Amino acid sequence: MGTAAHSEPGLAVAGLAVARGGLTILRGLDFRVGPGEALILTGPNGVGKTSLLRTLAGLQPPAAGTVSPAPDRLAYAGHADAVKATLTVAENLAFWARVHGGAGGEVGDALAALGLGDLAARPAQSLSAGQRRRLGLARLLLTGRRLWLLDEPTVSLDAASVALFAALLGRHLAGGGAAALASHIDLGLTGAARLDLSPFRALAPLPAVAGAGGFDEAFL
Amino acid sequence: MSIWEYANPKKFMETSGRILPWAAALSALTLVPGLVWGFFLTPDADRFGSTVKIIYIHVPSAFVAINAWAMMLVASLIWLIRRHHVSALAARAAAPVGMVMTLIALFTGAIWGEPMWGTWWAWDPRLTSFLILFLFYLGYIALWAAIENPDAAADLTSVLCLVGSVFAFLSRYAVYFWAQGLHQGASLSVDRAQHVADVYAWPLWLSIAGFVLLFLTLVLVRTRTEIRARRLSALVARERME
Amino acid sequence: MLALLSRDLRLAVRAGGGFGLSLAFFLILTVLVPFGVGPDPARLQAIAPGILWVGALLASLLSLDRMFQLDWEDGTLDALATAPVPMEGVVAMKAAAHWLTTGLPLTLAAPVLGVLLNLSGPGRGWLALSLLVGTPALSLIGAFGAGLTVGLKRGGLILSLLVLPLYVPTLIFGAEAARRGAEGLAAGPVLLLAGAITLACLAALPYAAAAAIRVNLR
Repeated sequence: MGTAAHSEPGLAVAGLAVARGGLTILRGLDFRVGPGEALILTGPNGVGKTSLLRTLAGLQPPAAGTVSPAPDRLAYAGHADAVKATLTVAENLAFWARVHGGAGGEVGDALAALGLGDLAARPAQSLSAGQRRRLGLARLLLTGRRLWLLDEPTVSLDAASVALFAALLGRHLAGGGAAALASHIDLGLTGAARLDLSPFRALAPLPAVAGAGGFDEAFL
Repeated sequence: MSIWEYANPKKFMETSGRILPWAAALSALTLVPGLVWGFFLTPDADRFGSTVKIIYIHVPSAFVAINAWAMMLVASLIWLIRRHHVSALAARAAAPVGMVMTLIALFTGAIWGEPMWGTWWAWDPRLTSFLILFLFYLGYIALWAAIENPDAAADLTSVLCLVGSVFAFLSRYAVYFWAQGLHQGASLSVDRAQHVADVYAWPLWLSIAGFVLLFLTLVLVRTRTEIRARRLSALVARERME
Repeated sequence: MLALLSRDLRLAVRAGGGFGLSLAFFLILTVLVPFGVGPDPARLQAIAPGILWVGALLASLLSLDRMFQLDWEDGTLDALATAPVPMEGVVAMKAAAHWLTTGLPLTLAAPVLGVLLNLSGPGRGWLALSLLVGTPALSLIGAFGAGLTVGLKRGGLILSLLVLPLYVPTLIFGAEAARRGAEGLAAGPVLLLAGAITLACLAALPYAAAAAIRVNLR
């Protein structure tokens, strides 16, 4: 899709179909998220927001269609925080920094950005749910990737933390980054597009009776 | 027309529906005469007495037990490479049949071994290999049963079948290395000097053909059942989505 | 990559579980055997290599189900799958961490426990050597089994059912090398066969395990 990924860090999705448990649940998705833009995915529970984000992140293959750029330019933060309870806050982040090829110097910045500076030496198991969540989100900064895929990033965050994260996301977008997120809370992102997934629900017609054609699709 | 068109579930249901009665009839027509001929119309062996006649079950079941795994391996490869659902379901369908054949071979071997060698069981390479094969069948079937997502189950069991085949092969040679056996060499051989006299060989070939046809029949029936079960669960899942 | 290894080792040390548990299990198993078969030194000496090998095998099985399960539950596996490290490398590092926390301690403990079973001096040496060569294969095969069953509800049970038959060749060659060594026979060639299996596992199984994990993440 489009031009080379280097000149255009935006996310482009064409004709995408998303499956869950071997069953196509969303189809016909076409959208773009350009640099500096955010796309908020909405829709009722179970419509497939998480499955869509996991497909975008390359964790599951698309049932049809294409996603660009390749998953190695995207940073994904799911429901779970990828935090190890027995490591300290700083150790958790230092690990992710090293995995993403960093030297570890950026850990301090990431801690500060999410207001975790004072907690750096605390074991992660002593964190509250909201603090854990912020630690999980701090990982995004260490990936060095411009395209964020966020699945309910504000779950268990208090009002102050939500504001902190909204400001962080705003800076990310202002710096030319992009984000696609599923969120129920209005983060006050100016100019963020919304995409309701309900119309893309794949309600395939019931397959024909055995022997009457269409069997190949019958259990796909 | 490409052979892969038979991998279309609909095409497969049509074709297998037509083949099935013939396969069932043919397996009855080979198995019954083969076993009757072998059990009642062959002379007792000089050295072995009438116990030798258990080979008409023992050898064919062992033959099918090994080749059922080989068939599962091929079907798994086809699934991994070409993503034909029928192939994965056929591998799943063959596993319990192959496991039962392995059990039959083990039990008839024990029954035969007692008068022959004076022991029900010995850690002989062939016996041990079959016991290990049985364990592989067990693991394969358990993995299929444990995974809910059918595509993931097909993928994972196929990978297990591939890796398991290599290790089963390794185990076979490791076991030969580990113990020298009581078991006689292969009972039937096309190109080497004959091990079994002709009077016994013909009904044995007939029984083997019968067991292979029986395996084919059972796998067809079970694959058809799997396809229907898969379709049913897809229908239920769709209803839940509405 | 090395960050993964050092993190896993640190986690193992902090959690305390993996390290000590399999060693304690190995010790208890070795102590129980004489109660089962009687204290006759000759008999114990004869079965010692086999018992210690089977014990090491079962002890290394204990911590397998935690290899990927914890990372799967807390989202680390998702994050690693999207990180710039190949899943094959993740598997190899996980297996290495598992070996360093179970296989290696078991290898070091086995000669000591061999004393309890009247194993001769050279026999203890060969036992340790055969375990050193063979236990990495146990960790790699275990990583494959753990990859297949990560995320399954009854994963732990099925894991042992899948993994134990795959252990057969390693057990045969490893225990045979230890036995031959203890009886003063030529153990070298058998040891090489065990090493061959370990190297083959190292070459092939990370790919199979990574494929299984990717399937389980979808």
